[in-house]
Amino acid sequence: MVDITHYLVLSTIVFSIGVVGVLTRRNVIIILMSIELMLNSVNLNLVAFSDRLQDPSGQVFAVFVITVAAAEAAVGLGIIIALFRNKETVNVDEIDLMRG
Amino acid sequence: MRNYFWLIPLFPLLGFMLNGGFGLWKVARTGTRPAKPFVYCVACGSILLSLLLSLTCFIALLQVDPHDRVWEFELFSWIHGPALQTVTGDLANFHVSWGFQLDPLSAVMILVVTGVGFLIHVYSIGYMAEEEEGFYRFFAYMNLFMFMMLTLVLANNYLLMFVGWEGVGLCSYLLIGYYIEKKSAGDAAKKAFVVNRIGDFAFIIGMLMIFTYFGSLDFTEVFHGVEEMFPTPETLWGPLCWIALLLFIGATGKSAQIPLFVWLPDAMEGPTPVSALIHAATMVTAGVYMVARSSAIYSRAPDVLFIVAVVGICTALLAASIAMFQNDIKRVLAYSTVSQLGYMFAALGVGAAAAGIFHLMTHAFFKALLFLGSGSVIAALHHEQDMRKMGGLRKHLPRTWWTMGIATLAIAGVPGLAGFFSKDEILWRSFSNPEGHLVFWLVGVLVAGMTAFYMMRMMFLTFHGEERLSPEVASHVHESPNVMTVPLVILAVGSVFVGYLGLPAWLGPNVFEHFLEPAFETSYHGAGESVHAAPSTEILLTLVSVALAGLGIYLAYQFFLKNKEKAARLRERFSGLHSIIYNKYYVDEAYDVLFVSGGTGWGRFFGAKNWGRFLSAFDNNVVDGAVNNSAAMTKFVAWGSGLVDIHFVDRIVNLVGETFEFFSTVLRKIQTGLVQRYALFFVIGIILVISFYLYMGV
Repeated sequence: MVDITHYLVLSTIVFSIGVVGVLTRRNVIIILMSIELMLNSVNLNLVAFSDRLQDPSGQVFAVFVITVAAAEAAVGLGIIIALFRNKETVNVDEIDLMRG
Repeated sequence: MRNYFWLIPLFPLLGFMLNGGFGLWKVARTGTRPAKPFVYCVACGSILLSLLLSLTCFIALLQVDPHDRVWEFELFSWIHGPALQTVTGDLANFHVSWGFQLDPLSAVMILVVTGVGFLIHVYSIGYMAEEEEGFYRFFAYMNLFMFMMLTLVLANNYLLMFVGWEGVGLCSYLLIGYYIEKKSAGDAAKKAFVVNRIGDFAFIIGMLMIFTYFGSLDFTEVFHGVEEMFPTPETLWGPLCWIALLLFIGATGKSAQIPLFVWLPDAMEGPTPVSALIHAATMVTAGVYMVARSSAIYSRAPDVLFIVAVVGICTALLAASIAMFQNDIKRVLAYSTVSQLGYMFAALGVGAAAAGIFHLMTHAFFKALLFLGSGSVIAALHHEQDMRKMGGLRKHLPRTWWTMGIATLAIAGVPGLAGFFSKDEILWRSFSNPEGHLVFWLVGVLVAGMTAFYMMRMMFLTFHGEERLSPEVASHVHESPNVMTVPLVILAVGSVFVGYLGLPAWLGPNVFEHFLEPAFETSYHGAGESVHAAPSTEILLTLVSVALAGLGIYLAYQFFLKNKEKAARLRERFSGLHSIIYNKYYVDEAYDVLFVSGGTGWGRFFGAKNWGRFLSAFDNNVVDGAVNNSAAMTKFVAWGSGLVDIHFVDRIVNLVGETFEFFSTVLRKIQTGLVQRYALFFVIGIILVISFYLYMGV
């Protein structure tokens, strides 16, 4: 029997992998993929609770999140391409335009 | 006509606005002045309309029952003041309306003002013909004057009367100073204005007292209140006497009585038509009119009446004595005017207001004529006013000669002419009325003789004897144009016939006094009783005054035509007296020392040595020391406040800035620009928040 706890544990693991990926990896593309991981862990949560509470609205939310994630990925990739053209790099250590 | 007589002052106002406004506009806009025919048509036309309307109103007034001859018309409500407490304890609203009143007294006044005024306006067309710059200005001021004068005599309350009173004073000022390039004219204008203000001040206080006692300024209400509060004459010096005295001081200013007469002779600096209109016929009689109008007050203040009579008769005597020795033709007439005004006040003072107003009317005719005639002489001689440089003008100026001759005989009191009747009425009343006295009569008769003397002297010096003209003037002497002489002729006719309106009791009915009676009905109860007493006495007294006038004429003839050395010898013999009178008793100089340059005079008095040394030491040590010390104090305080500024105020400001700088350098380290570092802070923050809630167990 797969309990909701299993879903939540899986979701937590995936989310943590995403967070660590965002904080540690230097390549922008990988950071973007890590953000996708976090989003998907949230989707997992939404679907799990939807099933548990027998309420389909959670699944509707998941569909919305997937749509937004697709748009976000497109925008993010666009930004990366623009950045690469200007800076000749995708390494976040070398990008400090917001330095005070 | 009852509802239309308020239009009478309106026409001159329209004339003033048209001439003045259009003239100013045209000068400002095009640089050229309005055409002369336009200007004088507007000016004279407006006065003619007023004159016709006045005549119509007068005739309409005659057709009303004598006791209903008071028409009032309220044009609009003017001042809504607060409710004020009067002396009786009642509350009275300070409410004044722009209201007019036509009664026999003001009817006489408007006829005199518009009638004589119209003739003088016409005369001015000729007299001012050579003026370029000021032509429209002159006529605009003249019209303004007529408006103000008519407002004065038609007002139905004291305050509106005061508006006219001040307005005519203003126009007098403007017209005396008409020749703006002459300093003496400006000085004379200022003098007239300032001296008048002294009287006006008393007038204002009198008005305030009237309000505080009677709760109104309307004539009808005030006089009604007077009758109620003071049914019998005030025997002791009380509020009514004060009111009467203050009003009379106002009148002495306007009507040039002692002690405020000094401005009138100087006012002769203005153009001659102005002297005729303002300083002989109309404005200076405003004081007489005002006292006559307030007869309800004066008849209950016998002490003040006595003062009025004394001041009047003294002024008459003083001015007549000065007039005997003047050489300037206009100054002779000016002092003569002062003297005749003194007669009018003497009449008012002995309770014969009707006789005073009668003399006012006849005087307006012959004195206006005399002034206009002298203007004709002055114009013919190219502004020569010194009678010593005239003589023998009779053949050059025939019309001016005979018209002025009639006026001279009239003022001298030759029987059958206007001045005879009015002056004799005054003399008789000053003798017979209960308020009168034998002394008044004696002085009055003496003044009548002096009047005849100085007027004939003027005639002889100007028109008779050998010519003493300077050669360049003599070649240009010419009679004035018709536009100037026709008014003279009309006035001459008036000077003859206007006297028959007020015949003495032994000769016939006194139409004039009968007409005025309703206006003075409430006053002078005692006057009516003795009037009809003893016609033989009246005839005798008349003979005496006529004889004295004849003596004056004879003496003038002897001294100034027949036997000139005699006059010169007499002058030598009494040279001290002569110089005192010739210099007008040094009244101007005395006023100058006492009031005008009084400040410097007092300074000189205290300037005597020790005072001077003391004052100088005081100045050096105390005054200058105070000034210097205060400067040093200021310097010290400034130094101290400078230190505070630098070390305290500025330090606080800098400290604030330094604090911000310090924190910003610290916080700057965090702003690396690395997105991952931000994300790390973000995650740490969330972990902290979540662990806080988990720890708290919420």
